[in-house]
Amino acid sequence: MRLSRDVAVVGGGMTRFHHRIHAERTSRELFVEAALEAKCSVDNGFDLKDVEALFVGNFSSDAFEGQSHTAALMADWVGITPVAASRIEDACASSGVAVNLAAMAIASGAYDVVMVGGVEKMRGLTTEGVTDTLAMAADAVYEVGAGFTFPGLYAALASAHFAEYGSSWEQLAAIAIKNHHNGSLNPKAHFQREVMDIASSLGERNQMSFGDELEFLRSSLNPYIAYPLRLFDCCPISDGASVLILAAGERVREFTDSPVYIRGIGQASDAMALHDRESLTSLRATRLASDQAYKIAGVQADDIDVADVHDCFTIAELMATEDLGFFPKGEGGRAAVEGRTGLDGEISVNPDGGLKAKGHPVGATGAAMAYEIFKQLRGEAGRHQVAGAEIGLAHNVGASGATVSVQVYGR
Amino acid sequence: MSVPRYWRETKYRYRLIGQMCAQCGSVMFPRSGVCSPCGSVDLEEVKLAETGHVVTWTVVRNPPAGYMEYAPYLVALVELDDGVRVLSQLVDIEPIKMKTGMRVEAAFRRVKVDGNSGIIEYGYKFRPLIE
Repeated sequence: MRLSRDVAVVGGGMTRFHHRIHAERTSRELFVEAALEAKCSVDNGFDLKDVEALFVGNFSSDAFEGQSHTAALMADWVGITPVAASRIEDACASSGVAVNLAAMAIASGAYDVVMVGGVEKMRGLTTEGVTDTLAMAADAVYEVGAGFTFPGLYAALASAHFAEYGSSWEQLAAIAIKNHHNGSLNPKAHFQREVMDIASSLGERNQMSFGDELEFLRSSLNPYIAYPLRLFDCCPISDGASVLILAAGERVREFTDSPVYIRGIGQASDAMALHDRESLTSLRATRLASDQAYKIAGVQADDIDVADVHDCFTIAELMATEDLGFFPKGEGGRAAVEGRTGLDGEISVNPDGGLKAKGHPVGATGAAMAYEIFKQLRGEAGRHQVAGAEIGLAHNVGASGATVSVQVYGR
Repeated sequence: MSVPRYWRETKYRYRLIGQMCAQCGSVMFPRSGVCSPCGSVDLEEVKLAETGHVVTWTVVRNPPAGYMEYAPYLVALVELDDGVRVLSQLVDIEPIKMKTGMRVEAAFRRVKVDGNSGIIEYGYKFRPLIE
């Protein structure tokens, strides 16, 4: 695979990911907010009439909101009809895949200027309703039918990783603590509080006090969801939208002097159900998608300065940092404990707080990762800026690993 | 799931039946139309082993619709003695006694009551093997 023309991100926007502040809003309102921020972020100004096509990642507006045909609806509300508008559904990787397809649409020569984004309004349903809707992204007969849930599937992967490599829940806790710290620096994040800050206020309410994060995370205030995963190992249920404006290399200078190029893309699939996977401690689709993206970009894993990886559960970040080649297999957990993935570490992972703290409106997540890398490489990430970041990566996973998309970005 | 659809599936749910590829000999579960290793469509049904061991497991505390009555419950990836892997609930054991590698056998149990159709679904679960 290759990209036949240069493709760059010239603008980006996203809503804050949250539940309560979006309680009275629908997908279309969230998407319009993100699209208008993206438009306004283009340095030399941008006319929405220049958009030639729209790609929208969305997992299940059908079940969440009783609304299908989402892409045309978004084009209508953003005011860019009659452009071609297409919805992409690949579970939680919907908008990561949409970014890849948008890049291919430009590289092919079909379009010069494309809008791509993602949206999910999840909180119209109860937690049980959301759990059942998300479960549609697993094998309904052989995984959910056997009693598995998403936390259950990732918990089974965690147990397998612990058994094979001796990794531990304490290592997962280090990832949660780090991502909450990063989220506390990101005004777009769902959770903007350090774990210790949450421990103090929850403790006060329950007449308990905690000396450090681990004491709190081991307590009854952090209940098991699916052993060994506890509440703070899981991302929240959020609403939100994210939008990017992409342009062909030849047209980039019309829009900005500070573009961020999509240097490489990759995508792979894998067996849907865990019983057909060759490994339970590694996602093959992550390895294959990142190999493709590195090859097209002409970089290696250790060239990456900043990465947004898919941490729907803390174990997913641990495995991603190994499968993307940042650390040898079995050493991802130790690397997290040692701070090597922190904001000032050797490779900053999820500087925006990740899905864990930034939130995970599933269809919006992949494009929001791209938004974060766009901001990072332009030096516009504010308090969670990674100093000197020049090469970035976004890694978006569908369900328990049956779809993975990766992009490598550079200046 | 509709009653007719469930009935069509009972053979595979009541007994562990997978398929064997007549070309390359691969044994697969669940059955599909194509042998994934070699692409052959020359496939025959085969009875799978009813004993095996636990490869990985967890405890589900927030179950999907229809499974509330069992929560919290154990689920596992079981590798049968013929090498085929199956996801299943585990029964007749407390979570505190669970160990990876534990020997288990298939058991016929009630799986769930479908709230929409009212049908009571039965199928395989696994329990500790007493040797």
